[in-house]
Amino acid sequence: MSTNIGADDALWVDGNALAGPLGEIMGTDLTVAELTCAGCRTTRPLAAMRVFDRAPGLVARCPGCGEVVMRVVRMAGRVLVDLRGSLVLSLPVPVA
Amino acid sequence: MALITPGFGGRRRDDANLPPGQYRTDDFPVLSAGPTPRIGLDEWELAVITETGERSTWSWAEFTALPADEPTVDIHCVTHWSKFGTRWRGVSLDTLLADVETAAEYVVAHSYGGYSTNLPLEDLLDGRAWVAYEFDGEPLVPVHGGPARLLVPHLYFWKSAKWLRALELRLDDEPGFWETAGYHNYGDPWREQRYRAD
Ligand SMILES: [Zn+2]
Repeated sequence: MSTNIGADDALWVDGNALAGPLGEIMGTDLTVAELTCAGCRTTRPLAAMRVFDRAPGLVARCPGCGEVVMRVVRMAGRVLVDLRGSLVLSLPVPVA
Repeated sequence: MALITPGFGGRRRDDANLPPGQYRTDDFPVLSAGPTPRIGLDEWELAVITETGERSTWSWAEFTALPADEPTVDIHCVTHWSKFGTRWRGVSLDTLLADVETAAEYVVAHSYGGYSTNLPLEDLLDGRAWVAYEFDGEPLVPVHGGPARLLVPHLYFWKSAKWLRALELRLDDEPGFWETAGYHNYGDPWREQRYRAD
């Protein structure tokens, strides 16, 4: 698990922090999903993104270009996942 | 005879000032959706851009030479904390917009670092909003939005954009960073307008 704890900057943790809230609603481990950043077009696993979690929602940013690739907001009875910063979301097919 | 419970009528002044669903804190939590931008005062600039594309800009020296107010206000974060009696120094939006010709009804506040938030123009006027550059008698530190941030205490604090760079005046409303991600378009803490369905 990587993070910038101790740095003189806003705190971030790695994309594994998204596993809980997303797994809970989607019933699958999304940290192995891959996202293609709309900013720099590189593809990385969700676990590699930097997640700013001291905010009104979870904000995942590309570690390459810093752009936002995903925002997750939890409200009463719903979780909203905004993916406008991503071009492609790819998921492994579960092995039966 | 009415049953008077102990403390009835002795409600703390604070409680009446606490919007629904909020708790009081004396800390000043840092919330951030990304890395903290570091803007040197020599490169800092504030712009007001009207719907016709007309730009007014202030350098740091020009901006801090404007008449300033010292509001003491309560602030309310959508993550449920409220902080009472915060002391700021800043330039009223009435002052900044005094000579700006516009028919706009909406404003998008743009920040260094890419954040944005939208507000009705009328909520920025009549002494209800400032561009603040001091907190508690000290220059506003970067983690709290320095060099200068928007301060609109009557709305949830995500509307008070940190690291303010520009105010874009618009004829139409354009939702910002959190408003497009499920948060309320207006964000009145007294009506508990947290999420867009509220
Ligand atoms: Zn990128």
